[in-house]
Amino acid sequence: MAQADAHLHGLDPELPLITTTVEKIVQWARRSAIWPAQFGLACCAIEMMATVASRYDLARFGAEVFRGSPRQSDLMIVAGRLSRKMAPAMRRVYDQMPEPKWVISMGACASIGGVFDNYAIVQGVDQVVPVDVYVPGCPPRPESLIYGIVQLQQKIARSRA
Amino acid sequence: MPGLRTETMTVNMGPQHPSTHGVLRLVLELDGEVVRSLRPTIGYLHTGIEKTAEQKKWQQVVPLVERMDYLAAQSNSLAFVLSVETLLGLEMPQRVKDIRVLITELQRIASHLIWLGTHALEIGAVSMLFYAIRERELIMNINELVAGFRFFPSYFRVGGLREDLPRGFHEAVNAFLDRFPAKIDEFEGLLSKNDIFMRRTQGVGVISADDALAWGLVGPIARGCGVDYDVRKYFPYCGYETYDFDVPTEREGDVYARYRVRMRELRESVKICRQAIARIPPSGAWACDDPRVVPPPKDKVYTEMEALIQHFLIYSQGFTVPAGDAYVPVEGPRGEHGVYIVSDGTNRPWRIKMRAPSLFAIQALPAIVQGGLIADVVAVIGSTDVVMGDCDR
Amino acid sequence: MDAPAVIAALGPLVPGAAYEAGASADFATIYVSPDRLVDTARALRDTPSLRFTALVEVTAADYFPRDPRFEVVYHLLSIPNRLRLRLKVRAGDSDPVPTVQGVWPSAGWLEREVWDMFGIVFDGHPDLRRLLMPEDWEGHPQRKDYPVQIRKPAQTYEPLEISEEEFKANLERDRQRRVAR
Repeated sequence: MAQADAHLHGLDPELPLITTTVEKIVQWARRSAIWPAQFGLACCAIEMMATVASRYDLARFGAEVFRGSPRQSDLMIVAGRLSRKMAPAMRRVYDQMPEPKWVISMGACASIGGVFDNYAIVQGVDQVVPVDVYVPGCPPRPESLIYGIVQLQQKIARSRA
Repeated sequence: MPGLRTETMTVNMGPQHPSTHGVLRLVLELDGEVVRSLRPTIGYLHTGIEKTAEQKKWQQVVPLVERMDYLAAQSNSLAFVLSVETLLGLEMPQRVKDIRVLITELQRIASHLIWLGTHALEIGAVSMLFYAIRERELIMNINELVAGFRFFPSYFRVGGLREDLPRGFHEAVNAFLDRFPAKIDEFEGLLSKNDIFMRRTQGVGVISADDALAWGLVGPIARGCGVDYDVRKYFPYCGYETYDFDVPTEREGDVYARYRVRMRELRESVKICRQAIARIPPSGAWACDDPRVVPPPKDKVYTEMEALIQHFLIYSQGFTVPAGDAYVPVEGPRGEHGVYIVSDGTNRPWRIKMRAPSLFAIQALPAIVQGGLIADVVAVIGSTDVVMGDCDR
Repeated sequence: MDAPAVIAALGPLVPGAAYEAGASADFATIYVSPDRLVDTARALRDTPSLRFTALVEVTAADYFPRDPRFEVVYHLLSIPNRLRLRLKVRAGDSDPVPTVQGVWPSAGWLEREVWDMFGIVFDGHPDLRRLLMPEDWEGHPQRKDYPVQIRKPAQTYEPLEISEEEFKANLERDRQRRVAR
């Protein structure tokens, strides 16, 4: 990173010095260590577990641990179908997360209701919480979820601290 | 100390919790660490699959039914497909039956691997999850080879299979079967004689055989108590009576017994898979002959008029199933499950109801953990292998 | 054992019951009337030649324009005799059906689910409330006249589980305890 920044700020690459803004540092810190809260609901949760496991290791993208408690996490990956009975519980979990927080809606059921267009499923979790990234699929492949997290990291890099 | 007044504490293990079995809510009344009563609440994953299936045509219900018990996906679709074929009166060629047996047993191995990983994770052996998912990825590769999708291949259809087996299938399955028994030995070496694992699981969550049947628990839970009921032996389907395998049972009825039953079931599944893959020729029949249900091959559709009409009718309005009801259960990884189908003679189901083994397990949970410690609650839920998608449908 | 054989075995055990053999593609089906249901269940469970100790399923089907509207279906399993049986009970729109929870404890939640989804009341059930839908849901979703999709916004806040008076009374009680100590 020193080399890249040195190029941007026109410094001598031999000098061990980086100049940047506070905003960039804060955004870099935020996006490089996003810790998700466990919010696996249904089948997508199993694919999320597969993403965390050794083949598609999610820890190399910064999501080192899945926190059990929402109060210690930054990201809520809503993995699975949200039923009407679960919606209040989900809103409470979201409210318990401290700022800054982001939400990834993983899978078709979380994004738009998926295959289940009926009385029991909320047609998209964005009716309950604000969503930053939608990852389609039923369930999305682990590579898709990783792509979604990388997109979120780029979104954080672009946003204001 | 005499005269010291104590009271019980009510704790809510809410729908969102680190246990990986899904959204289950338990209201525990604790006296110190001892559980005095436990009240489970389910329904947080109710999806209305049964009502949605009434709007779909028969063949379109297969992906819906697969998403019910998402770890034993192909088992669910096998149960549905067998029930519809019973009502239609279809008989499958031997090759189709063997392929169905092979894929269902591979699915059982995959489901038991997730059970093993999450159960050990909750007891404390965190690395088991990574090992188990590593092996499961090989089965996901086989699924992807066969039908293009890791998780819900929808490979079983009413009338047979979706298409013929691809090239490379036999090599992939044989490579997996050659590698896997050594892995089971490794997993057992990590856990079976592990002092901590044994102390957390032996004598915990004991249920007697009569109680298990009274609560409707048939499956690995009943087999851990000594009941040797297995749908594959008692009411065989898909040609299981021609395979040579045992049904493992244990006697103690505690968490450790259920663990041992499932580990031995993994080995039996490998045995069945080896017999099945030896019988399957690399190419041949992949569906039955009935033209009402099975679409004709594509080259005929492009050249012959009758084949075109038949293809069009199957895909636009679907086939009709004679009126009546049927229930053909299969032995899933969690026990007996099946789909009760009511047909009114049209091209859509009138009612389908899926029997959910996890519902019975959670209903019996207060009876099993009464008087145990709160740490045992987690071990027992893991040993009953509940999946909330199965329980709530 | 097919349906007539089961009816012949049950006839002497449950006096006054009129069974009907039903048509089925897979295993024996018999229709029983609601008032004889519990006696039949007990006879099926306890008779050595039948021994249906496991209740595998309780469900219902709604044949809407027909009267009686519902059919409650029980699937039974006998492990020692390797038999399966389907019991069916016809019930109208607001006819109650006696509960079989005293015979097979596994019927508890299954009958709750049938109440939740269809609105069939089970007489004598100790805890008949909603199982899969939220507690305050209106309507019985799997009835044929209930729509598949309802346009209702998602409810994000649950009502409190205790009433306001109870909450205030609890606060007052805790305050009294602190003062008394």
